[in-house]
Amino acid sequence: MNWETVIGLEIHAQLNTKSKIFSASSTEYGAKPNTQASLVDLGYPGVLPVLNQKVIDYAVKFGLATNCEISSETIFSRKNYFYPDLPKGYQISQLDQPIVHSGYVDIEINGGPKRIRITRAHLEEDAGKSMHNNETHSSYIDLNRAGVPLLEIVSEPDMSNAKEAIEYMKYIHLLVRYLGICDGNLQEGSFRCDANVSIRRPGDNLGTRTEIKNLNSFRFIEKAINYEVDRQIELIESGSIIKQETRLYDDENGITRSMRSKEESNDYRYFPDPDLLPITISKEFIDSIKSKLPELPNAKNNRFINDLKLSEDDAKRLIENPQLSIFFEDTARLTKKANSNQVSNWIIGKISSMLNEKNIAIDEFKLSSQKLAQIIDKVCDGTLSQNLGSKLIELAYDSEQDIEAIISEKSLSQISDLNAINKIIDKVLASNAEQIQEYKAGNQKIIGYLIGQTMKLSGGKVNPNTAKELLHKKLG
Amino acid sequence: MHTLSIKKQIKGLRAKEFSASEITSHYLSRINEYNPKINAFITTHPDASLEIANGIEISKKSNPLLGIPIAHKDIFCTQEVRTTCGSKMLENFISPYDATIVEKISQAGAISLGKTNMDEFAMGSSNETSFYGCCLNPWDLSKVPGGSSGGSAAAVAARLTPIATATDTGGSIRQPAAFCGVTGLKPTYGRISRYGMIAFASSLDQAGFIAPSAEDIAYFLDVASGYDPKDSTSLNEKVDITTEEMTNLPKNITIGLAESELTEHTDPRILQKLEDAIKVFTSIGIKVTTVTLPHSKFAIPTYYVVAPAEASSNLSRFDGIRFGYQTNQPKNINELYEKTRSEGFGSEVKRRILIGTYVLSAGYYDAYYVKAQKIRRLIANDYKEAFDKVDLILSPTAPNLPFSIGEKSDDPISMYHNDSYTVGANLAGLPGISFPVGFVDSLPVGAQLIGNHLSEKLLLQVTHAFQNKSDHHLAIPKEFEG
Repeated sequence: MNWETVIGLEIHAQLNTKSKIFSASSTEYGAKPNTQASLVDLGYPGVLPVLNQKVIDYAVKFGLATNCEISSETIFSRKNYFYPDLPKGYQISQLDQPIVHSGYVDIEINGGPKRIRITRAHLEEDAGKSMHNNETHSSYIDLNRAGVPLLEIVSEPDMSNAKEAIEYMKYIHLLVRYLGICDGNLQEGSFRCDANVSIRRPGDNLGTRTEIKNLNSFRFIEKAINYEVDRQIELIESGSIIKQETRLYDDENGITRSMRSKEESNDYRYFPDPDLLPITISKEFIDSIKSKLPELPNAKNNRFINDLKLSEDDAKRLIENPQLSIFFEDTARLTKKANSNQVSNWIIGKISSMLNEKNIAIDEFKLSSQKLAQIIDKVCDGTLSQNLGSKLIELAYDSEQDIEAIISEKSLSQISDLNAINKIIDKVLASNAEQIQEYKAGNQKIIGYLIGQTMKLSGGKVNPNTAKELLHKKLG
Repeated sequence: MHTLSIKKQIKGLRAKEFSASEITSHYLSRINEYNPKINAFITTHPDASLEIANGIEISKKSNPLLGIPIAHKDIFCTQEVRTTCGSKMLENFISPYDATIVEKISQAGAISLGKTNMDEFAMGSSNETSFYGCCLNPWDLSKVPGGSSGGSAAAVAARLTPIATATDTGGSIRQPAAFCGVTGLKPTYGRISRYGMIAFASSLDQAGFIAPSAEDIAYFLDVASGYDPKDSTSLNEKVDITTEEMTNLPKNITIGLAESELTEHTDPRILQKLEDAIKVFTSIGIKVTTVTLPHSKFAIPTYYVVAPAEASSNLSRFDGIRFGYQTNQPKNINELYEKTRSEGFGSEVKRRILIGTYVLSAGYYDAYYVKAQKIRRLIANDYKEAFDKVDLILSPTAPNLPFSIGEKSDDPISMYHNDSYTVGANLAGLPGISFPVGFVDSLPVGAQLIGNHLSEKLLLQVTHAFQNKSDHHLAIPKEFEG
């Protein structure tokens, strides 16, 4: 029997503002528990929320990047429920008149575009964190996260399998980083999602959905959705029905578990928060945000492929990391001799592996695009071999010296004097009689070994092509 | 000293007729002597008050309020002493910060004498819901002082303080001012910051003052008002009234006497006093006509949807986890909530949390909350239309005289109707003032003037002009004269 899967996602993106959405406390991750919780965050008697204007900018940015309508008036509402890490007994969120709504993004599925509609994206405050110690039977509350701004991005149920859900989530993940509104850190929980999953026979109405909470890795989403789809199919095919409920993904066992049923769910008693006035968003304001909007990943991807003639794979690898793609473009702009492809090879190869080794992000990389461009040019004009270029990148990293100075100090440039190169080759040949015999017997491939020996003896300073040419000449 | 107006107290301090320490000690000793009779204060801190007073040096350049004593309603957060909000829930709560109004007043140099009694979380019209015992009416100790700012009104009436801060969500400044024969001003919504004022119903709550006269209030209103970056709903408007301007009554003022069905339910003796007041207004050249407020009969039901709805949410933070009362040995988190809140809140507070939770519930929200918001707009519109014709609207402050303790405590609906004349101003965000217009059976009667948005200056000027022609506001209950 044929089953169709229907998936909608609610993505929570933590907005990377310096201070919280309704208080001046810092939002920095990893501080000692409760050191970044002001009286407002603690919900003390008499305190009042004051909106951080930055979150409006960020949400409007997101709305514009996802073809959403921007509400001309937006309001905050209270979502009431009791929980120890929710200090006020209500979360300030948005219900009616969310800041942006009715948009879409186009993602790529199997080489073709697919449109995922965005129902709405609204602003809200995050709750704190509860930690339980089962040995001491104690619970601890950390309110550092309470009041950190979130943008909740709600999609229409437009995805029909886990892969599409992941592609959509990855695209939103990329988008928020391009917009600079969220650091996208999944481990720290800055980007997480809830998935609404249901199944139906093709052509039928939507089936009963379950909501899987708090998925914070792409891998978990895939596993959780696939598990949930199988579970639902099995239930229905065995004659049972699906209960509308909230489920949690248990990554240790790779299953989803029931958390609470619809009957047990809270009546949130939403109503407009009287402490915060409605916010009017003018056309002028929207235009000013629009004029500052960066190039979006899809557009950049097309430009890299069409204008810069990068391969689709290379373009994709650069696009995936917004900062890296900027670094690439800066470097490409500064080179005088290298083309975009050569620059992208350096970035995707040498630079990416250095970033991995050092376990740092590109904005912490201590070699400027100016210096990198100079080095790449030197390789292109033959002053440096590929290897020397690579070595120079390491030497120049974290160094104050200019590139020329390092080259001459470490005498890195390739030997261009033919006499000098011939002398080296003579030495190589003198100590490799056996290989010469083989060559002469017709094994031309042995030349590679001899080139290697030449490189070794010269400390990598001989251009391998020159060495090859001279070796053939001498042996031929 | 306690019979002097604030104007005269300022003069006396400047002329060195008495010092800040002397005036502070004077009031502290009155509190010592008389407070046990009326229970107007929940907490005092005489040593701290005196210490501040002793350090005050008054010169010609000092802020006029330097050295003038004041009492704060116990709804305003203070670091100096506990802030109970009249509740067991906050019996031992010491705020880590001062409310903006407290801070502004103390920066101006006024000296706090203590915290006044109030209905629990400002929910009540009689002060009987206070966990710290009812405050009594200085004019008749068997009567209630009104509420929720009963302690502030009674303390001023008994001259235990020259002035007191108070708050008004549905009449909580004006009704007790009327019951205690003093003057109470509820400013325009947003005029004074709500930061540090424990929230009851955020869209209605407004801080103000109770003092013997409008002139006394004028001295403090300007200092307390203005935009506060910590309160997004505060207005960027100062009252900006000088003492010279107080006497500058604008020409061609028209007052409209509110005509509505409410008059049928009002004690006719109160209406008679209102007639007397109208004669005074006419005598000073103020024209008096009539206006209708067609939706005013819906004000009470509307108020009792909106206010409890907001309160049910505002009071959720009292969960026993971070501050305030916590039950003993709860078995689990739900029991912690249930027991803490059952034991920490009194019955009127619980009633309003239940009403509020109900009207916001799924399936009832549209029928109650949304409808109430619509009527709220109609009520605001009534006022708007009335202010096209008149400058101020006159009515009784309350439909009845101060009632006996216990008389209405089992009849919440009858208690709620005490606010019939006052809630409209809260629903519309308008300023209102209650001032004494005489006595019936030796009990004070108050009249109310409601003005357009930001018309506090006019309200004070008109009331001041009235008080120049009357002496009801100068009367002190016999037992407290000495």
